[in-house]
Amino acid sequence: MDIVYSLLMAFLSIVIVNNFVFTKFLGTCPYLGCSGRIDTAFGMGLAVTFVTTLSGIMTWFVDYYILVPHKLEITRYICYIIIIAGAVQLVEMYVKKFFPPLYKSFGIFLPLISTNCVILGICLFINIWGINNIAEVAVLSAGSGIGFTLAICIMAAIRENLKLADVPPSLKDAPITLITAGLLTMAFMGFTGMIK
Amino acid sequence: MADSNTVTPGYFNALTVGLWRENPTFRLLIGMCPPLAVTTAVKPALTMGLCVIFVLVCSNIVISLMRNLLKPHLRIIMFCLSIAAFVTVADLYLRDFSPKMSETLGAYIPLIIVNCIIIFRAEACASKYNVLISILDGIGSGTGFTLALCILAGIREIMAAGTFAGIRVMPDSFVPWAAMQMPVGAFVTLGLLLGLSAIITAKKD
Repeated sequence: MDIVYSLLMAFLSIVIVNNFVFTKFLGTCPYLGCSGRIDTAFGMGLAVTFVTTLSGIMTWFVDYYILVPHKLEITRYICYIIIIAGAVQLVEMYVKKFFPPLYKSFGIFLPLISTNCVILGICLFINIWGINNIAEVAVLSAGSGIGFTLAICIMAAIRENLKLADVPPSLKDAPITLITAGLLTMAFMGFTGMIK
Repeated sequence: MADSNTVTPGYFNALTVGLWRENPTFRLLIGMCPPLAVTTAVKPALTMGLCVIFVLVCSNIVISLMRNLLKPHLRIIMFCLSIAAFVTVADLYLRDFSPKMSETLGAYIPLIIVNCIIIFRAEACASKYNVLISILDGIGSGTGFTLALCILAGIREIMAAGTFAGIRVMPDSFVPWAAMQMPVGAFVTLGLLLGLSAIITAKKD
């Protein structure tokens, strides 16, 4: 029971309290660039969640069983980026084959998932936090992607309504999005300290 | 200098294009993580900027040299690999010579690998033009990025702590704005700066 409890706490912590977008500013580019419409944003979030889960677990295995025992830590970043790029290629082929309309609406953002900071971020933070338990790694990797999906969907919903608002011309598009993001961050700050 | 822009960009143009006209942060809105994350004070922001310039110039050189060998579908991974190699160098250097700064910046140094600015410059410039232009372009864009970082960090540090790069600039009676230290300060300040840059651009045209 303790294990389930600690996994649940880890999940809530990474999704809400320590959400990567709101507290660590990771994945800000697609968060601002790909949040114009809610269906695109949701698809983007799902693709990222899939890649974070896959690459978070794989990088942990590679790190734990190959890099550390053979003292190859110096090549860590290069190994991480190869694994992430491979996982993204997989998603790209899958989406292209089974969801052509979604593939079109992503455009250049799909191959650029490999340069999404959330993915490399979770691999690095799992390493920095020194987590040595595969169940927790899986929960954290999936949770970081779900947290990103949550953030980008909230943002997309707000921006769809923002189109009807009367925004000063110089603040149109990116600036008002950033200010909205700031206010959202403040809302999520209310969760600080709830879990470690 | 302006008419040398017809076929390949002129050397002077390559150097200055990144400073304002294609400034990564204010005009292109790419690579937004570091401007938000490391700008609580000027010193880490400057260190970050210097690291980015180093990685950008080195990776531009390498990519420019191998530009004729690149296959279209493998290009992003080749960019990432060469960038990752130089980021490892920068990270090890920083960890040895400035352990405290390395700790402050933490995971944001390895995250330079996935910084869109470097990949964008590789795609837009280094994979098309010769080495010299790529070097100048790297220096220009990197400097533009560093300037943006320092402006943002300067505003936030003065508002949040009353200091600039550790030196006290505000009078003692100044009440610090704690919010500027937090994520909300980063987002709102950058949003207002982008609005300002939009006004400046509109006036210029």
